[in-house]
Amino acid sequence: MTDTYVLAPSPGVPRAAVNTGAGLRVSSLLVAGRMVRKFARTPQLIVFTTIQSALFLFVFRFAFGGAIGTGGSLSYVNFLVPGFIATTILWAGMGAATGVAEDVEHGFIDRLRSLPIPRAAVLIGRSLADLALMVWSLAIAAIFGFAVGFRLTGSISEALAAFGLCVLFGFAFEWVFMVIGLVGGTARAAQSMGMMITPLVFLSSAYVPVKSMPTGVRQFSEIQPVTPMINAVRGLATGARGAALLEHSTGYYVGLSLAWAAAIFVVFGLLAFLRFARR
Amino acid sequence: MTPILEARGLMKRYGKTQALAGLDLVVNPGRVVALLGPNGAGKTTFVRAVATLLRPDAGTLHVDGIDALRKPAKVRQVIGLAGQFAAVEEAMSGRENLEMVGRLFGLSRKEAKAAAVTVLDQMQLTADADRLVRTYSGGMRRRIDLGISLVGTPRLLLLDEPTAGLDPGSRIHLWDAIRSLVVTGTDILLTTQYLDEADQLASDIVIIDHGKVIAAGTPAELKTRAGDDMIEVHVRDADDLPAVSGVLAKIGHNPRADLPQRRAYVAVDDGSSGLMDTLRVLDSHGITVEDVSLRRPTLDEVFLALTGRPAQTTDSPRQHARA
Repeated sequence: MTDTYVLAPSPGVPRAAVNTGAGLRVSSLLVAGRMVRKFARTPQLIVFTTIQSALFLFVFRFAFGGAIGTGGSLSYVNFLVPGFIATTILWAGMGAATGVAEDVEHGFIDRLRSLPIPRAAVLIGRSLADLALMVWSLAIAAIFGFAVGFRLTGSISEALAAFGLCVLFGFAFEWVFMVIGLVGGTARAAQSMGMMITPLVFLSSAYVPVKSMPTGVRQFSEIQPVTPMINAVRGLATGARGAALLEHSTGYYVGLSLAWAAAIFVVFGLLAFLRFARR
Repeated sequence: MTPILEARGLMKRYGKTQALAGLDLVVNPGRVVALLGPNGAGKTTFVRAVATLLRPDAGTLHVDGIDALRKPAKVRQVIGLAGQFAAVEEAMSGRENLEMVGRLFGLSRKEAKAAAVTVLDQMQLTADADRLVRTYSGGMRRRIDLGISLVGTPRLLLLDEPTAGLDPGSRIHLWDAIRSLVVTGTDILLTTQYLDEADQLASDIVIIDHGKVIAAGTPAELKTRAGDDMIEVHVRDADDLPAVSGVLAKIGHNPRADLPQRRAYVAVDDGSSGLMDTLRVLDSHGITVEDVSLRRPTLDEVFLALTGRPAQTTDSPRQHARA
């Protein structure tokens, strides 16, 4: 054991007061408020991803669309747009992963972690703000969909249910991206890790019917979580014609996608908290 | 009196690197303490342990009497942290940043507004308070970053290389701000690679190397304890320098010559008799000198004597060492 160095005090100095810290609700809202201001004041965060997704939709609708058969009486544009809207969740989520990683990289997360607030507030606040952004992206995607010729063939209430399902699924998937951002640690790493999600987008029923895929790929598409969600959204938004393409009833896919959302939320929510609490 | 910081036998290992190797240190209130050490010495790891951002593998750590390993949440009520990066939200104004963190510290909306006004004034940022931080200069960012850790009046403020990458004017500005905190009841623990910063700013200096404290005390104490007096000779003609070095080598130890400055210096055990000897021998050799002086060692020389390595120079590239 070495000698301990003891530094002498200065006499007569006052003591600063103890900071009590904000509670879970207030601190979550403050963290969310910061994110909302960041989004609102940094339009380039949203504008380019929006343009990108519009181009994407345009290409599938007008360049590839003519060659893709839906295998039923549903028109391709009505097939495509529900899938396009649903996959917006994943594209928006990749941005969220990069944002979280940037906060880790630039010490912002460390600063928040050194404050006398519940650590959960940092994640909850962040997820609330990302959810708001996701609803915004979904709304824009829906507008684009109608602009390229999509028409609802189901009821309005079913269409709203489809939108709600997207929001719910989006919230669950946010935690996947939160984990990616925290683990990635740098914006660049998080972006690369986020790209691992793309097979879930393309190897799904979003752009082409899974029936057209070779057996192995088709099996993957059918068991992965994004396909049931897209099927549910499509069934709800396009009524009987859309439902006719599905192997099971729309209700079955709604149930399955809700189960997936719950499972993803629980697993990745827990991972995010564990990762965040680690020190 | 409760020490503001008490570390006993702190250990932390990252893979093969032993970042903290039994660090012992007790800091009492009312001081500005500078942790000085070469890169990778364990400074940042220690600060992160105190900030409850990482958990030591072994040892005990108390901050203001609170057990940092058992009750990290309590520790966070008495500390403030400003890291190596200016961790501020660029899309918010300086005032908004301060008010947000003030409220996170537990202040009411009104108190946070008032605290922001005080801190802006203290950091001389009142005129730029409502501009977005992304329009701030590097020095202003550092100041708002420091200010953010102050809106909650921490008892212990941790500053990890607070002035890295700043121009001299901004550094002096920031030093003044840091010094003014102690009288309000905030103790400071800062890391730095700049010896002049430690010398100018700190009331105590703690030298860390290989994850341990190897020396600690006031700058004057360290200079007395670690280094002998130095005799320094300036010559008029650079050609005389080797001869002078030869003379000095016989009088003291570790003679060194500095050709561009036309000077040579040596550490001696007994300053005044060494000085007399130097003058006599130089005179007998017929060497003309410009100036002969007896002085205390600089912190650089102390650092070199203690660690066997020169300290980082001021213009070295900034290291992004993350523990």
